[in-house]
Amino acid sequence: MMAMTHAGYIAAGWGGAAALVGAYAAWVLRRGRTLSRQVPPEERRWS
Amino acid sequence: MWRDAALVAGRDLRVELRSRVTTNQVAPFSVLVLILFAFALDPDRQLLERLASGLYWTAVLFAALLAISRSAAIDETDGVRDALRLSGIDPAGVFVGKAAAVAVVLLGLEVLLGVGVVVLYGVDLAGAGLVVLAALAATVAVAATGTLYGALVSGLRVRETLLPLLLLPVLAPVLIGATRAFEAALAGVPTDGWPWCGLLAGLAVLYAVAGALAYGTLLEGS
Amino acid sequence: MTSPTSTTVTGTPYGDGRAPDTPRAAGRVAPGNTGSRASRVLGILALGSIVLLVLYGLVWSPPDAEMADSVRLMYIHVPAASFLYAGCFITTVASAMWLRRRTPGWDALAGASAEISLLFAAITLGTGSLWGRPTWGTYWTWDARLTSTALLTALLVGYLALRRLDVDPTARSTRAAVLGLLLVPNVIIVNRSVEWWRSLHQRSTLVKLDPTIEGQMLVALMVGFLAVGLVFTWLLVHRFRVAWLEYQSERLDLDLALAERRAEAGHAGEARESTPA
Repeated sequence: MMAMTHAGYIAAGWGGAAALVGAYAAWVLRRGRTLSRQVPPEERRWS
Repeated sequence: MWRDAALVAGRDLRVELRSRVTTNQVAPFSVLVLILFAFALDPDRQLLERLASGLYWTAVLFAALLAISRSAAIDETDGVRDALRLSGIDPAGVFVGKAAAVAVVLLGLEVLLGVGVVVLYGVDLAGAGLVVLAALAATVAVAATGTLYGALVSGLRVRETLLPLLLLPVLAPVLIGATRAFEAALAGVPTDGWPWCGLLAGLAVLYAVAGALAYGTLLEGS
Repeated sequence: MTSPTSTTVTGTPYGDGRAPDTPRAAGRVAPGNTGSRASRVLGILALGSIVLLVLYGLVWSPPDAEMADSVRLMYIHVPAASFLYAGCFITTVASAMWLRRRTPGWDALAGASAEISLLFAAITLGTGSLWGRPTWGTYWTWDARLTSTALLTALLVGYLALRRLDVDPTARSTRAAVLGLLLVPNVIIVNRSVEWWRSLHQRSTLVKLDPTIEGQMLVALMVGFLAVGLVFTWLLVHRFRVAWLEYQSERLDLDLALAERRAEAGHAGEARESTPA
């Protein structure tokens, strides 16, 4: 697999996308936890 | 609605004329932009002349940002907004009136900048019909779009910085169309430019309608 | 509606995130996060499809005849661009619905969708330029697709900036909704104008995957759509719930402030009454 041409670009592209999505997902989930502590359970519609 | 529009347009224009900010500040600023381009691009006359259409419309857009900002500011002072709402004036009329006032101001600036470009960049005027019609269509498009977006940021502390960010991407097609139309006219091939003029006219109509429809919501909702 | 209590040292007015001692008769316990069974299933499916994409995209599919391995970037780039547009569409529709119904859920959806679209715009532009470098020799060209995407990114940044205004929530939502409503029309206008403009100067260098793409490469692309789509949806669900919680939190803060104000006014009234005239 490392015999791929342009391996650097592919790594940067896939890696960058993964990093961005992962970081964003982590931020969203963490913010969800913080806010969940402040809002009483009746105010949401999922469980 | 048209009477209301005339009323509002008259008021806006009178405010601008009395304050003289447009003549004393915005106009010199726009000419200054033309001059700055010369510094940035090295006044090898051939280059400036070739790029004149694009530089011209860029300068117009910068001046438009100021004109629209000032138009929005007129209604931000105490109670003007409430007065507009309560007076029963048709919001669409307010929109058309304000846009018309901005268009008039812009046309004045465009004539000034046109003279500037002819003098400073050595442009030979040609294809006058296309130039005039394209400029009119583009001006209406910019004025209508700008007035709508001006209302979106009206009353905010960050109006000055948010307006360009919101408005310039939306005006990119106008910039593209106006520049192409002017280039075609100046190059003596107006047939290439008329389709772009059509695009500008379409955008003008689109945003005029959108603004008239949305203005009421914005006046009330803020 | 719970009345405001003073905050305890350890927790918040509403407890510290553990399950409250409410009867479990309904069989549901409030989570301390934005998860639900549905979103967990979605998340697992998304992860699974990502694994599949890595396998198909990086290992099992062959390099392209012309582009060699850089085509593998397309398996992310093309789906990302598609869902970028989908997200813009969702924002516009949600904005329209908010203007009609004025329920906060639509406003939350509009904002969440725009934010995720911005993320996908970054991925689209990034993978696009990384693909461009080995293929055309430069990271950026002013071709129609890239230019339009760049302008679309600017539109999204502007929209999100407007949403962060420090004004009365209803005013903020109204302005954002009008702007959001204009998003898709602006995108269409920009795309058409830029395409027309660039077609005058270059033969279209749009990224067009060979329409006869077939075999493993087609499968990889399909898996790409699946994976990116599931990730988009999962992110949207969670981001929407966060936006919903933010709205609730803001509303509750307002209620709290109002109640405190009334309490103050009540005490001041009593004090006035108790002092001799």
